[in-house]
Amino acid sequence: MISGHLPALQVVLPLMAAPLCLLLRHSTATWGLALATTWGSLAIAITLLLQVLSTGPVSYEMGGWAAPWGIEYRVDMVGAFVLVIVAALGSLVMPFARLSVAREVAADRVYLFYTMYLLCLTGLLGMAITGDVFNLFVFLEISSLSSYVLIGFGGDRRALTAAFRYLVMGTIGATFYIIGVGMMYMMTGTLNMADLATLLPAVAGTRTIQAALAFLTVGLSLKLALFPLHLWLPNAYTHAPSAVTAFLAGTATKVAVYALIRIYFTIFGGVDVFETFFIREVLMGLALVAMFAASAVAVFQTNIKRMLAYSSIAQIGYMVLGIGFATVTGLTGGIVHLFNHALMKGVLFMAMGCVFWKLGSVHIRDLAGLGRRMPVTMAAFLVGGLSLIGVPLTVGFISKWMLIQAALEKGWWPIAVLVLISSLLAVIYIWRVVEVAYFRPVAAEPGAESASKIAEAPLSMLLPMWVLAGACLYFGIDATRTLEVAAAAAMLLGTTP
Amino acid sequence: MEFPGLFNYWIAVVLMMTGFYIVIAQGNLIKKVVGLNIFQVSVFVFYISMSKIKGGTAPILDEGIEIYTNPLPHVLILTAIVVGVATTALALALVVRIRDAYGTIEEDEIGKLEQEEET
Amino acid sequence: MSLEATILLALAVPLAGAVLILLVGRHPNLREAVTLATAGTLFLLVASLVPAVMAGGRPAAALGEMLPGLGIAFVVEPLGMMFAAVASFLWIVTSIYSIGYMRGHGERNQTRFYAFFAIALASVMGVAFAGNMLTLFIFYEVLTISTFPLVTHAGSEEAKRAGRVYLGILLGTSIGLQLFAIIWTWTITGTLDFTDGGILEGKATGAVTGVLLALYIFGIGKAALMPFHRWLPAAMVAPTPVSALLHAVAVVKAGVFTVLKVTIYIFGVDNLAELGSSEWLRYMAAATIIIASLVAMTKDNLKARLAYSTISQLSYIVLGAMLVNAWGIIGGGMHIAMHAFGKITLFFCAGAILVASHKTEVSQMRGLGRTMPVTMAAFLIGSLSIIGLPPFGGLWGKWFLALGALEADKLVMVAVLMVSSLLNVAYLLPIPFRGFFGDPPANPGDDHGAGIKEAPWPCLVAITVTSLGCLVLFFYPDPVYDLLKQIVTPPR
Repeated sequence: MISGHLPALQVVLPLMAAPLCLLLRHSTATWGLALATTWGSLAIAITLLLQVLSTGPVSYEMGGWAAPWGIEYRVDMVGAFVLVIVAALGSLVMPFARLSVAREVAADRVYLFYTMYLLCLTGLLGMAITGDVFNLFVFLEISSLSSYVLIGFGGDRRALTAAFRYLVMGTIGATFYIIGVGMMYMMTGTLNMADLATLLPAVAGTRTIQAALAFLTVGLSLKLALFPLHLWLPNAYTHAPSAVTAFLAGTATKVAVYALIRIYFTIFGGVDVFETFFIREVLMGLALVAMFAASAVAVFQTNIKRMLAYSSIAQIGYMVLGIGFATVTGLTGGIVHLFNHALMKGVLFMAMGCVFWKLGSVHIRDLAGLGRRMPVTMAAFLVGGLSLIGVPLTVGFISKWMLIQAALEKGWWPIAVLVLISSLLAVIYIWRVVEVAYFRPVAAEPGAESASKIAEAPLSMLLPMWVLAGACLYFGIDATRTLEVAAAAAMLLGTTP
Repeated sequence: MEFPGLFNYWIAVVLMMTGFYIVIAQGNLIKKVVGLNIFQVSVFVFYISMSKIKGGTAPILDEGIEIYTNPLPHVLILTAIVVGVATTALALALVVRIRDAYGTIEEDEIGKLEQEEET
Repeated sequence: MSLEATILLALAVPLAGAVLILLVGRHPNLREAVTLATAGTLFLLVASLVPAVMAGGRPAAALGEMLPGLGIAFVVEPLGMMFAAVASFLWIVTSIYSIGYMRGHGERNQTRFYAFFAIALASVMGVAFAGNMLTLFIFYEVLTISTFPLVTHAGSEEAKRAGRVYLGILLGTSIGLQLFAIIWTWTITGTLDFTDGGILEGKATGAVTGVLLALYIFGIGKAALMPFHRWLPAAMVAPTPVSALLHAVAVVKAGVFTVLKVTIYIFGVDNLAELGSSEWLRYMAAATIIIASLVAMTKDNLKARLAYSTISQLSYIVLGAMLVNAWGIIGGGMHIAMHAFGKITLFFCAGAILVASHKTEVSQMRGLGRTMPVTMAAFLIGSLSIIGLPPFGGLWGKWFLALGALEADKLVMVAVLMVSSLLNVAYLLPIPFRGFFGDPPANPGDDHGAGIKEAPWPCLVAITVTSLGCLVLFFYPDPVYDLLKQIVTPPR
């Protein structure tokens, strides 16, 4: 009985828990509730994935209204995979968040923080599960609005301006998206994704649909921070509380990438958008520029969170590149990189959260000698960093392998070369941090006698970080499972093999 | 293409560009929010007008009513308006907090203050 | 114990050793005992595989799949067997040497040093036993990263800079070129298993093969083929045992070993000989041999001189591989073993001189033979072996390489080998000669000369063992030769 309603529960559970948090008000109690909710969501997401793996896509009609009139929730392989990514990040950040948030957010606002956190999770899960383009907009706005608030929780006043800027850009992006939806509705009279897919090919040649596609692409590119629409991201990630950055970096942009994949391969599945509308040239060009420009900027950052934020923009380039190939291998690479990048950025931002918890700063000069003082944290950072570079036995290697293979299969070897060169840029910016942390002695200050002593972050922060770091290694050594799911997802999206 | 037949779209486009321009060009944060609102409203107009059918009435099941306007876009826009209101409220709340923190809501001055903080 | 278990143990034992070393790090004696025990166990494990491989067996083991259809697999074939045996034997010797050196020199962070040393050895075993190119590549990269802390051991500004060059060149070439070549191979052939006769035969056109070969050869930065050789002299800031084992044996030999593996099992010797894709790479190797030797002559710092000598000698092996005939391959393989013993002796001596007399420059070493006779005698033996004079092992490598060059009808290459031998004489022999026959510096203000004794005894033991090794290998090269003969049939 319950299992039939799992798709609804996936969204309803955190949605109901959010106002409860508001009523509870007590910091620890709300944290406990949020923790239970996120782990419940993860359980549901995993159950759904297993269900999809064994019996194929699950469809759920909201309120019993049949699609295409009612809102349909549809979980297929891609959606289930993204659900698991989002829920897993959401639940792993929770234990980390308790102390981190207590340090960075005023005590009388902590309950609001968890309320917003759950709402954000609701929105992201909803985007991944819904089969209705307008419903996707609603969830997009739920997640965006709550993430503006979450970023505004940052201790620095620059967090406020960052949140405001993100709000302006995000709203423009969402509005663009809704214009695109309106145009598609004008031409087809439906909002259901599956229905759209069958009706669109007949009208695909019209100017209206072309304009719709352009609006949808630009709108979502704003949300996923595709170069050059990424300007909101660095400040937002830098000044948000550490737990928020770790959560958003692993999920928010990923879900937007997922939405883009949905548009191109499900809704426009019957139309070859890549050949007819020049989307490929634009997407791949921008992705390549992102990979180089953002990495190059990252090299010169002194604030490590900002450096990682720029690196995120570059990594999004890889995912979009994978989409741009529009082959099974390419898309598999893109989708698997969604997962892999969520893992590694989660680790890296959590490590920075630990550092901030201990030092109150993530400036590169304050990291001197940290390899000795916080060995566990910095070891995790190293694992995440090596993943980012794409060293074998880490997840980054798998993504890179698939993307290069996709490029070579198509015979586009210059792209393969560019992917490799850009990954070498990651060596530079990661190694800068490693050198400072491991080789530069701690500056002599008052109280320097304790400088070489081990002073680690608490276990509740280290543990989730190392779970992610372990996953970085595990899925780097045995990637058959993740690649299987990603390849099945790519296959399902009906790309030409 | 006769001009009056599509004038609703023209209005939507003009509103949209006006709003967009204000968001980009104005340095005052409140004015930016206003621009954002105009930008969103243009989409509301676009949606509502596209479902209007000449001579159609409200979709009420009654005798004598044969042509009626599609209600779905209107309902969608109700949702979008709610979202817009929430966005505006949040934006205004942020502006209040920004004024508390910086003592100004002019973008250039905030930028200058931030620059000082960085160095 | 099954052979499969032995292979996996050979990988696990050094890793377990590294963990143990970290655990007992507070007790130096126990820590060094663990290192020695680990090294000894590893050598026994490797040695226990030799009879099976000699008999023509190919023990294999697998560690599950990494990408669909592409797993981490190990197959012990003769070339890898020889490499693993040499590396694991010399690890024991180096461990003994390290104890004397590290204590005598009062180095810091010794626990970290021994632990990463063990990890590096584990990855060398992985490289040696790799059953496909992916596995080899993975351990190749692990080797790079695990030796980084060893290179930058001193933690000084200079060490940091050297570390950057080291990592930059090795990661740059391996990710930028080698990985590209590997994935390309994978898309062309659908397999990366090392197969007799090569997997690319008949699958790729001459042009593609040529490009791929260049990508592989230059992508294997550890082989130090010019222009990607800069990391090796840079890495000489490392403590001497590191330079000795890793940069005369394990790391650089992992590079040339990979070159041989790729030539034999990815491209196929016959395939390459037919396509002629390796022609111009021979000249690259020859140029490296000569240029590096010339540069070595200009270096006054002893370790820098040895580093350039290593670069030159490595290209012998690359040249052997690029001759693409049986003698060339055998010569290259032989040279891996012979050069390892010779060069490690030289590095040991350099370290011993540093510990005992704090001298690093060649010009300061006049008359040192009187106070350090054992060290200088060993240096002489190592030099003669590198030059290729009987009765030392180095002769065999050059002998077969020359045969290979003749076989390929390349008299130019024979000439290159001869000229390079002469250059070896010019830059190596003056050191022991000045040591024995030169007068100690008669500078009255310099009282260093008086206080110099021989190096600590563990160092001397190690030096003696490796120089005896050079001698033994001259008289009994048969095991190495027999192993290599299995891969390619020499014309008779």
